[in-house]
Amino acid sequence: MTLLEVNHVSKQFGNETKALSDVNFSVSEGEFVSIIGPSGAGKSTLLRCINRMIDASNGEIIFDNMNVMNLKKKELKMVRTKIGMIFQHYNLVNRLSVIENTLHGNLGKKSTIAGALGLYSQEEKEQAVKILSTLGLDEHIYKRADQLSGGQKQRVGIARALIQNPRMMLCDEPIASLDPNSAKVIMDHLRNISTTMGITVLVNLHQVDVALKYSDRVIGINHGQVVFNGTPKDITKDDIQRIYGSEAEDLIFDIGGIHAS
Amino acid sequence: MQADFFARKRKNSLGFFGILVAITVGAIVITEYDIVKGFESLPRAVTWALGNFYPTQESLVKFPDILSSLIETLLVSIAATSIGAVFALFFAIMGSNTTRVNAFFGSISRVIATLFRNIDVAAWALILLFSFGQSSLTGYFALFFGSFGFLTRAFVETIDEVSGGSVEALRATGANYASIIFQSVIPSSVPQMLSWVLFMIETNIRSATLIGLLTGSGIGFTFNLYYKSLNYDIASLVVVTIIVSILLIESISNYVRRVIL
Repeated sequence: MTLLEVNHVSKQFGNETKALSDVNFSVSEGEFVSIIGPSGAGKSTLLRCINRMIDASNGEIIFDNMNVMNLKKKELKMVRTKIGMIFQHYNLVNRLSVIENTLHGNLGKKSTIAGALGLYSQEEKEQAVKILSTLGLDEHIYKRADQLSGGQKQRVGIARALIQNPRMMLCDEPIASLDPNSAKVIMDHLRNISTTMGITVLVNLHQVDVALKYSDRVIGINHGQVVFNGTPKDITKDDIQRIYGSEAEDLIFDIGGIHAS
Repeated sequence: MQADFFARKRKNSLGFFGILVAITVGAIVITEYDIVKGFESLPRAVTWALGNFYPTQESLVKFPDILSSLIETLLVSIAATSIGAVFALFFAIMGSNTTRVNAFFGSISRVIATLFRNIDVAAWALILLFSFGQSSLTGYFALFFGSFGFLTRAFVETIDEVSGGSVEALRATGANYASIIFQSVIPSSVPQMLSWVLFMIETNIRSATLIGLLTGSGIGFTFNLYYKSLNYDIASLVVVTIIVSILLIESISNYVRRVIL
């Protein structure tokens, strides 16, 4: 079943810069999809258009049979509660504890007063603890977020998204600031979320090898256009070249290695 | 090419220095300031101060009076700063690009804050003298307006610097405006804001002394009274009291800052 459909989406910043032009793709329920492409290709813009952190200029975005682009403020908030988002720089409130940051995922479902005062029920707190322990953060529940390492912060980011009980997760460069070990832990968790919980995962990535290893499908973007859309097995040297431009010689060797293994 | 670059840079700094010298010399010529005479009079000023300007045994009789007007000044400064901070917080949230409701209210609150900031506290005191006459109320409002303008600016920068990421994350969960402000913006920026408030209290105590001269209230007025009536011993006791209290308050606020940051 199709969960997300992106049809003819364009985004223009000002008069000159076209960040996205006529982007089309769809994502099925439970699928793990990576978006790869050079810096400035429009990956982040595309991801943010889906939950309307940025408003697209043209086209339609259908999520769960609703056209996201036509939603009013209240409906948009409803849709956002069903979409978790994690960020390259984790975007936690550094001075608050791990569990408070996790519970922030529930703010979308709260009334103004309950949200402002941070009133959470016992079940919500228990659920937060449960999610944190599946992510291996039992010992850090009451620590302040700024005392954690990068990998641990990103796991808190995942916990904040998971407590929303989302249909889909948008991950904007989740491992770009992490060392290889932490990056692997994060990617394994994301893959696991998709496989065991059936949550659709859409990830922006810089690392081609990671994208090929973890994804059901890869979407390649260059200059705001989709230039590849297929399974990791189908990707060829030419495709990589088309996504990254002519200087991709070094990358090609890596791709060969991945296919061989 | 490279040699050119460095030569040009050297030429620029030389040019800048030349302009600075020209302005200084120009100013000296226009104001007919005699540099030699200016420096010659310094030793004489010091000798006079050592001969006349020191507290004596008799001046201590006035110490309770001095202390009570000092306390008045301190309290007025603290009250003006804290009330100014409350208003500044509201205007900063409205004016910050991260948290503003819309561009229109954003620019309005920034314009108001800029207006209040760019009128000096002493100028405010002179303006307000017409409305409130010579009373501590005039001083209070002058300090209040000045602190409000400055703190709004400082708070806007704190909010933009500290909470951009987490505001984005909470918006993506569908959280409402009040939740975002109270769960992300305020917890992230409170320590830095408190630090600005402490700085403002220190500055205001210094300005309050000067403003007291204009408004005829507080410690500034006490100083003026004794100085004009040639009671230099008491006037110098006032100065000593002010210096001691400023040092004391500065060390207190440094301690508080160390604890909260």
